[in-house]
Amino acid sequence: MGVATFALLFAAWYALTTLTQTISPGRFPAPAETWDALRQIVVTGYADARLHAHILHSVKLVLLGFVAATLVGVPLGLAMGASRAFEAFVNPAFLLIRPIPPLAWIPLAIVWFGLGDAAKVLIIWFAAFVPAVINSYSGVRTIEPHLLEAARMLGVSRGMFVREVLVPGAMPMIFTGLRLSLQACWTTLVAGELIGAIAGLGHVLYQASLDIFPAMIVVGMATVAVTGAAMTMVLGRVERQVLRWRIHR
Amino acid sequence: MSATVKRRGLSFRRGLALSIAGFVAFFGAWWLIAASGLVQRQFLPTPLEVLERFVALTQTPFVGYTLQQHLASSFGRFAMGFGLAALVGIPLGLLMGWFRWLDAIVSPLFDALRFVAPIAWVPFAALWFGTGIGGPVLIIFSGAFPPCVINAYRGAKYIEPRFVEAAQTLGATHARMITEVLLPASVPSIVAGLRISAGLGWQSLVGAELIVASSGIGYLLVKGQANISTSIVMSGMVAIGIVGFAIDALLRLLEARIHARRGGA
Repeated sequence: MGVATFALLFAAWYALTTLTQTISPGRFPAPAETWDALRQIVVTGYADARLHAHILHSVKLVLLGFVAATLVGVPLGLAMGASRAFEAFVNPAFLLIRPIPPLAWIPLAIVWFGLGDAAKVLIIWFAAFVPAVINSYSGVRTIEPHLLEAARMLGVSRGMFVREVLVPGAMPMIFTGLRLSLQACWTTLVAGELIGAIAGLGHVLYQASLDIFPAMIVVGMATVAVTGAAMTMVLGRVERQVLRWRIHR
Repeated sequence: MSATVKRRGLSFRRGLALSIAGFVAFFGAWWLIAASGLVQRQFLPTPLEVLERFVALTQTPFVGYTLQQHLASSFGRFAMGFGLAALVGIPLGLLMGWFRWLDAIVSPLFDALRFVAPIAWVPFAALWFGTGIGGPVLIIFSGAFPPCVINAYRGAKYIEPRFVEAAQTLGATHARMITEVLLPASVPSIVAGLRISAGLGWQSLVGAELIVASSGIGYLLVKGQANISTSIVMSGMVAIGIVGFAIDALLRLLEARIHARRGGA
């Protein structure tokens, strides 16, 4: 049924642009033009690089910011979940930062670090940080109390408690947070690259809109969607590997 | 040392003291770094300087408008994009929840489009609708639309079968089924969706205005950035945070009231 939908859509697209020319090519490209634009960017390149280089550039930045935010955010969220005192201390600062959308950090990042990669990584870090903290925190709060009590009764050491109870117990929620934050990272990066960059998929979109090149805009949007979906899928795979114990229970 | 397993109860007083300490530590650290001269003032103003700039922006116009006027034009765009998303998205979601064939046609398309980041619509938004109102509204719409559809759809799809069966036994038409059975039953799910969609819409607005607009709070940020005035950028971020928080609080209130009414009924 999904195939039928896309076949129908493609037929409508072809009919409206190529056969009847109801939609002018200046507004939306025909299938043939889009195919040419795709070939152009893959083979000879567009906006200073070929498609795979743009994709790699964007993915690299997202992963850098995402991993850095996860490394800081998850332990912070776990600590906030485990200790009420720590939560009370950190929460005010966190509550002040939380309502500011990641995209609003872009101008500040540019003032601080210019148009290079450092600014992008900072923005992505902010995009991933808040969901990582919130979900790790809720993950700890959802651990069943009797597990915590059993661990205490058995007198486990602090290190073992963290490794064997806290982290595995919070893991499902942590992954929910990671999935959310990965999507947020991707959106944020595209926005950051649209505003100012020298490479990456957002830069392709920016260049295409400057050149009023609708076919390349479509290629850029499709690549953004496919790459985003692929990254989410890979994370899903990782999640299933890590949480295997949970599924087999 | 044995682990602190169950979170030790924290007296209200101690919690408050720690919260105040955290608050002071945050602003104290900020002020220290700014005042120490390690970073140029232009790049990191003190909290007080940001506050002063914030107040100044509400009184003297920057890039044509005062802060309130920028916020007003942003909010107008937000209301249009969000309203449009709700008006189109909720009925579409309900219809998809009721008619299987529509679900089968629209769902694959919707899933594919969902992966296009709202901000990736910027080039087409500018090309089709320009940078005045239409362009930003399209971007807000594309951010706010999916949660409206998804939550209305879920509400309608996972309705208790006995409601549907009862209505069918009584001979309800498709139209009445949707407006008098599915819609009321989906209200909690829809309102939850509206909250998500308002958050995403507000975020998309900021992104849209950073790129395609000539007024609004995002535009103020960009102009502050161009003037390398960190205090203007930070004032704008504070304003964005406050409005975003207010929108969320308002919808939270609506959610709570609906839950209370349903619980009471």
